[in-house]
Amino acid sequence: MKTNDVMLQTVTKVVTFIILMFAVHIFFAGHYTPGGGFVGGLLTASAIVLLMLAFGIQTVKKIVPVNYVVMTSVGLLLAIATAAASILFDVPFFTHAYDYFDLPLFGKTSLHSAMLFDAGVYLVVVGVTMTIIQTIGEDE
Amino acid sequence: MSLVLLIFLPIIAALFIPLLFKKVGQIHTGWFVLLVPAALFIYYSTLLPSIAEGGNRVSELQWIPSLDIAFIAYIDGLSLLFSLLITGIGALVVLYSIFYLDKYREQLHNFYVYLLMFMTAMLGVVQSDHLISLYLFWELTSISSFLLIGYWYTRDRSRFGALKSMMITVFGGLMMLGGFVLLGIMGNTYSIRELISQAPELVSHDFFVWALVLILLGAFTKSAQFPFYIWLPDAMEAPTPVSAYLHSATMVKAGLYLVARFTPIFAASGTWVWLVTGIGLFTMLWGSFFALKQKDLKGILAFSTVSQLGLIMSLLGVSAAGFHVENATEIALNYAGFAAIFHLINHAVFKGSLFMIAGIVDHETGTRDIRKLGGLMSLMPISFTVAMIGAFSMAGLPPFGGFLSKEMFLTGMVALTEFDLFSMDVWGIMFPVIAWIGSVFTFIYSFYFVFHTFAGKHKPEELPKPAHEAPKGMLISPVFLAILAVVIFFIPNIVGEWLVKPAVAAIQPFMYDSPQAVDVHVAAWHGYITTELWMTIAIFTVGGLMFWTLRKWQHLYDRFPNTLNSLYDNLMFLSDTGANRFSRTYMTGFIRSYLVYMFSFLVIIVLGTFVLNDAFAIDMNNTAPVGLYEIVIMLALVGSTVTILFSKSRLTAIIALGAVGYSVALFFVIFRAPDLALTQLVIETISVALFLLAFYHLPQISRKEERMRFRFGNALIAFGVGVTMTLVALAAHSGKALPSISEFYKETVYKEAGGGNIVNVILVDYRGFDTLFEIGVLGIAGIGIITLIKLRLTKKEGQHENK
Amino acid sequence: MEIIMSVVIGFLFMAAVYLMLSKSLIRIIIGTGLLSHGAHLLLLTMGGLGGESPPVVADGVSVSDYADPLPQALILTAIVISFAVTSFFLVVAYRAYQELGTDNMELLKGTEDHE
Repeated sequence: MKTNDVMLQTVTKVVTFIILMFAVHIFFAGHYTPGGGFVGGLLTASAIVLLMLAFGIQTVKKIVPVNYVVMTSVGLLLAIATAAASILFDVPFFTHAYDYFDLPLFGKTSLHSAMLFDAGVYLVVVGVTMTIIQTIGEDE
Repeated sequence: MSLVLLIFLPIIAALFIPLLFKKVGQIHTGWFVLLVPAALFIYYSTLLPSIAEGGNRVSELQWIPSLDIAFIAYIDGLSLLFSLLITGIGALVVLYSIFYLDKYREQLHNFYVYLLMFMTAMLGVVQSDHLISLYLFWELTSISSFLLIGYWYTRDRSRFGALKSMMITVFGGLMMLGGFVLLGIMGNTYSIRELISQAPELVSHDFFVWALVLILLGAFTKSAQFPFYIWLPDAMEAPTPVSAYLHSATMVKAGLYLVARFTPIFAASGTWVWLVTGIGLFTMLWGSFFALKQKDLKGILAFSTVSQLGLIMSLLGVSAAGFHVENATEIALNYAGFAAIFHLINHAVFKGSLFMIAGIVDHETGTRDIRKLGGLMSLMPISFTVAMIGAFSMAGLPPFGGFLSKEMFLTGMVALTEFDLFSMDVWGIMFPVIAWIGSVFTFIYSFYFVFHTFAGKHKPEELPKPAHEAPKGMLISPVFLAILAVVIFFIPNIVGEWLVKPAVAAIQPFMYDSPQAVDVHVAAWHGYITTELWMTIAIFTVGGLMFWTLRKWQHLYDRFPNTLNSLYDNLMFLSDTGANRFSRTYMTGFIRSYLVYMFSFLVIIVLGTFVLNDAFAIDMNNTAPVGLYEIVIMLALVGSTVTILFSKSRLTAIIALGAVGYSVALFFVIFRAPDLALTQLVIETISVALFLLAFYHLPQISRKEERMRFRFGNALIAFGVGVTMTLVALAAHSGKALPSISEFYKETVYKEAGGGNIVNVILVDYRGFDTLFEIGVLGIAGIGIITLIKLRLTKKEGQHENK
Repeated sequence: MEIIMSVVIGFLFMAAVYLMLSKSLIRIIIGTGLLSHGAHLLLLTMGGLGGESPPVVADGVSVSDYADPLPQALILTAIVISFAVTSFFLVVAYRAYQELGTDNMELLKGTEDHE
């Protein structure tokens, strides 16, 4: 694929960040409006895939030096730890808790333990999707 | 609680064994293991005084409360006796194994982990009051026995023997489970104590005989009774400490324990008395007769164990007969229960020492073939003495413990002739006759074992190693047991008071209400003119004469065919090849065939259910209106699907698949599913990228394409599945059996879950488990893909074991 | 609408099964993809298609006529799983072609001594 990708590369530079911002937004908004860990994770992954298409896998690997297998495991551990943490409070496995806090900058915000679980889902989705694409792409 | 935990102490200790073996390798791991049975033995000994007075100990640990399954440790006289045997003999065997197994060459961490696992299993069997946990421990003994027999797993004979024992004992265990379940249904409880208290009502139940036979199958397979004994000789491939421990002193006695434990329930049945006594006595004769055929030292001991187990089994049967006699305590039948337990103790003592001697001979000369051995008396004097004491005790000679219990056995059998139920008055005379013949052969093989090994001519040229006496440490355990065999002869009534009578009271509660009520006094001398005395004298004379002439008639054994073993071998072979041949008729190797099976069954089962329940339904009301957008998207969807079906190039097909995916995403938009629409759009994009990546690496495939031919059969199945699915969709929409749970979600999502997007709250909260497992599946798929691409096993053909 | 959707679902399943029964591995993979689309639509139709607004409670204000959220949650799970499975299949096909040079199922059958 040694064609002239100037257009693609230029557009990608801008679009990637838009997609990433959107992904983060959709992930955090997920509990109240459409979105969540799955969509957020997939969008993030698609942004990275776009980068790969424009600049090649090796370049992206240098820019984003993340081990996606580790990422997947961290996500799985986070998810199961969130679920298991409720046992420590003597409530059944997978009981979530939430409360409202006044945070500087954000004002009144609700914080959820479900968010942590969703963050685990996010990490797994990004990790697995990128693992799949990277392994296939790198294979000669 | 604490008693239950003590059952698990060995298996918990086993967790540390691999660590100790790796880190403290210069000290033999056995020394650490020894602490466990020794400590348990001391603890159980402290229970003796209270149990001997007729008390008992109970402790309970809940396991599955919803199914009413619990670990209940119940210790009465019988359980305590077995617990002491398990831990006592266990300690001696571990001590012996420290010298038997080399700490550098053997995989001690495996060995001791299995051994400790067995200890827990066996303690669990003899202490469980709950039938289900009893079954659990019972199978655990089979498994640990399997692992221990196969300990030297590189030997074919070891693996064969391990599998054989597993097959037979697990078969019996399953039968026994059936019996337990029937008992549970009959008595509406799984507690043995409660079942015993209900015994009078259980007898008249329809399932009674079924439960009886099934439970006996479990006991007979485990205790190596005829015709299931065939696994025991092959189990001799295990290291000798294991044979001494599992296959003579403890595990094979689990069947005896089971029969003893259930005697109070089943004694009322004539079937029980006949089966237990009859099979036991026949096994005794059979085992003792074929022991003389064996050439392997451990083979002789294996058959002798079979025979002795049969002897004890028959005594338990006779003790059940006591239920049917008014004045059972008056006549000689009351000896039977006492004799059974007493002989069980004696057998553990002398057979343990004999196995250890067989191990020593094997260890120091390199062979167990009795034809090569001989004349070791002067070279191994201590071993010879121990072997002689053990064998004489087994043969029933005074002054050793076996003499006393053998006498009582004969008394019990003779007493059966006076018993006039179940047509015993006709056949009863058979019992003392068979018992006598069996005893004669027992006498001969005991002498055969000792004198053909230690007396006669020494043949150093046939031995792999020059023979010499065993190291002192190895002799401690057998010498200790030999001394015990002598001591028991002189203090039989003390042993009886502390160990035997409490156990007898547990077996025959219908005769005795406390251990003190067991009115048996053991004496070596009963007077001149008893039948038993003359029988014993006749055994010694006839046995002595036959042993003298053994070499003249032993070759006659070669004429007996090995029917039972070849039956087992053929059965295994046939089931193996039969299953193989059967599965080959439908396992064609074509993925298409399998899919055809699956889809056809799907159609048949779903449509069949539809017809049976008359579930066809089309509800024309209550449907959403059809709009223009929907029609357009639907046409796009159908159009792209048709394109896939008829496309000649793969690229077209893939792009059309993408089109289908985007149409579905648009459907999600229309039907108010924003989360789905978003996800579907992104997924479809990434999928296309993925397909392209895969094709980038495979340019050759996409150029030339074999045209897909129309096949009527495939089309028919596809059509069937399509129609079925349409019917399912229609029926699911038309008839709603229950109101949707979504109402609940809608009410609680804001107040209780603190969220607004119901779909996401379902994913992370209401049905969080689904999501947890889903990301688990995702992770597995990722790992699978990495493995497929990064691991290139086929490239390393040289490492393939079979090539 | 549900009636028409049912027919479309049936059609999707039919096409999917027909593709899965063919010889080419890549067609089988496409077939599984179609099958999952059909299944997703089936779930959605089962819950009813008539909802007026998406299942989102804005600031605790409940609207009466929501689309059923449960099938949507199930489908969301199914979409991601089917993506994982499809990519796994794809890699299997790709590796099979690399090692054996074909994606024809009849040639991939294996021989008697491969047991």
